Amino acid sequence: MNRIDAKFNELRERNEPAFIPFITAGDPSLDATRKLIVEFDRKGSDMIELGVPYSDPIADGPVIQSSYYRALSGGVKLSNILELVKDVRKKSEIPIVSMISQSILFKNGCENFVKSAVKAGFDGATIPDLPVEEAEEIMEAGKKEGFKIICFIAPTTTSHRMELIVKKSQGFLYYISVVGITGVRSELSADITENIQNIKKSTNLPVALGFGISTPEQARMAGKVADGVIVGSAIMREIEKYSSQGDDVLVDKVGKFVGKLVNSTKNRN
Amino acid sequence: MNMLTTIVKDTRLKEKTCKQFLPDKSGHFGKYGGKFVPETLMPALEQLEKEYLKAKEDPKFNEELKYYLEQYVGRPSPLYYAKRLTEKLSGAKIYLKREDLNHTGAHKINNTMGQVLLAIRMGKERIIAETGAGQHGVATATAAAMFGMSCDVYMGEEDIRRQSLNVFKMKLLGANVVPVKTGSKTLKDATNEALRDWMSSVMYTHYIIGSVVGPHPYPMMVRDFQIVIGQEVKEQIQKAEGQLPDYIIACVGGGSNAIGIFYPFIEDKDVKLIGVEAGGLGFDVGQHAASLSRGEKGVLHGSLSYVLQDDDGQTSQVHSISAGLDYPGVGPEHSYLKDTGRAEYVSVTDDEAVDAFNLCTRLEGIIPALEASHAIAYTVKFAPTIDKDKIIVINISGSGDKDSFEVAKKMGIEL
Repeated sequence: MNRIDAKFNELRERNEPAFIPFITAGDPSLDATRKLIVEFDRKGSDMIELGVPYSDPIADGPVIQSSYYRALSGGVKLSNILELVKDVRKKSEIPIVSMISQSILFKNGCENFVKSAVKAGFDGATIPDLPVEEAEEIMEAGKKEGFKIICFIAPTTTSHRMELIVKKSQGFLYYISVVGITGVRSELSADITENIQNIKKSTNLPVALGFGISTPEQARMAGKVADGVIVGSAIMREIEKYSSQGDDVLVDKVGKFVGKLVNSTKNRN
Repeated sequence: MNMLTTIVKDTRLKEKTCKQFLPDKSGHFGKYGGKFVPETLMPALEQLEKEYLKAKEDPKFNEELKYYLEQYVGRPSPLYYAKRLTEKLSGAKIYLKREDLNHTGAHKINNTMGQVLLAIRMGKERIIAETGAGQHGVATATAAAMFGMSCDVYMGEEDIRRQSLNVFKMKLLGANVVPVKTGSKTLKDATNEALRDWMSSVMYTHYIIGSVVGPHPYPMMVRDFQIVIGQEVKEQIQKAEGQLPDYIIACVGGGSNAIGIFYPFIEDKDVKLIGVEAGGLGFDVGQHAASLSRGEKGVLHGSLSYVLQDDDGQTSQVHSISAGLDYPGVGPEHSYLKDTGRAEYVSVTDDEAVDAFNLCTRLEGIIPALEASHAIAYTVKFAPTIDKDKIIVINISGSGDKDSFEVAKKMGIEL
């Protein structure tokens, strides 16, 4: 069974939400990324979303964009990232989903990408600039190799589109909480809860919540309504903060931050 | 006859005569185009397409647009016989389509008037735009000022430096110019930022893309608002010469002025269509912006087209002396026209463009934009090689007033 499915089955039995940290491959270095993934696993993360840096990301905020910029300035290529995951697999079986732009995917070819990603140890991909209408080729390629293509639902998604997306998405659904959780609010806005409940009525797929979750308290709130909680920018900000202090300090500090997020996410009381 | 009804008739005619009426329903020109954007934006694009197609059929919308294009923009723009340039090159007869005489000094306003009227129809109260040379930014700020809408224009820091006059104009017009400090700090980065703004403001904001790029329906819609250029040329040249031109030459960055003048002639197979890209300093990576001549198929800013990128799919750095052509992608319909062979794409260098800028200014008393100077520069090489009974139309897409500082700098003169 695909590692993503296995993980969500296991969590479902324990009635526990997944914690999914996002991390940019190659910022500050490929070596640091490898160590961080292993540490995130050790701290109880359930899955990793690994960002493939792209020069012109339009779906990401400024924090992730500048981490992409740093990684690309360091010369990171897709082939290096595949090697990195191969290395991680020597130490960890944590499910790894790549976040990759359609620009890079198209250039590499869908089938070619899926084959090399599976071979390296990736379990699936999110493609933030690929709407479901244009996703047929990658979906087909993914199915052949048991590689999950995870689709997005946004607060702006109409019910007609939602039907289409829940039918196509594999592994889980990624709900973008761009409106709702902001700042230090301790309760989720009612529409997020309602929207997630709505999605869950039409599918058995797990629904993970991401975008804009930055504090342990927000992660706890998100974990109460969603099957998974994704934190990206807040972790990348921590990485930026400690990146110049050597890998040991970096891994320790960011690992602790992720540990806190894991614990609050899992606290459904 | 009103503007968009003509378009509708045109396209219906095309449906009859040519099976491949483009783009198709999903926004593809052959394999190019499409919608490669985050899910958050998909509903907005669907709404935009629906509203645009409705507006296009609505006589009231067409009349309103026609009124503003005539009374405010100053259309039709003249098609001027460039006698001295023709004599100097001693080849084909050269006509200039004077889009530089439009209000705000470029073709860009044809599109912004259309899109602002559409934004008002959709009940959006805020306008955003990206700009390179600043012409689209000024045209957007102008339309926004005239209709009393709030307006933010994203502009790369490098372009802000090169085009300070247009930056000042936008501010005078009440627009907020947002400097973009990421990446190469030019048009592509401004486009990223504008798209990102739109992601979080889409409920009340309309994004006016300035060229025939971006996700569907933009390449179609911006084209439709620009084909008034070609429609006028068709009438004007018939009147002047009693025939269609043999060649139409236009510069291509994103490609809106080119598609605007090409499109009404696409079915007229004897009219050769030539797009001129920015050859910059030469064909090393990072030294030019000739996406069609030197690029490969790829995805950038929401559509599949020819793109300048590396073998991993990362966008390459580009260069052109003209800020309006300094873009690593191109409109998807141009990619289609290139592959089908209906249009030909060539390039000229920075130096050739500046020489043409000077030549046109001296001989005709018309200071062309550096963008349009690329089209003139190719004509300078091409016209002498063809017969005197041939006719060339060059699209002078904008005025060169905005380029005075850049050209002076190039000539080593401090203003």
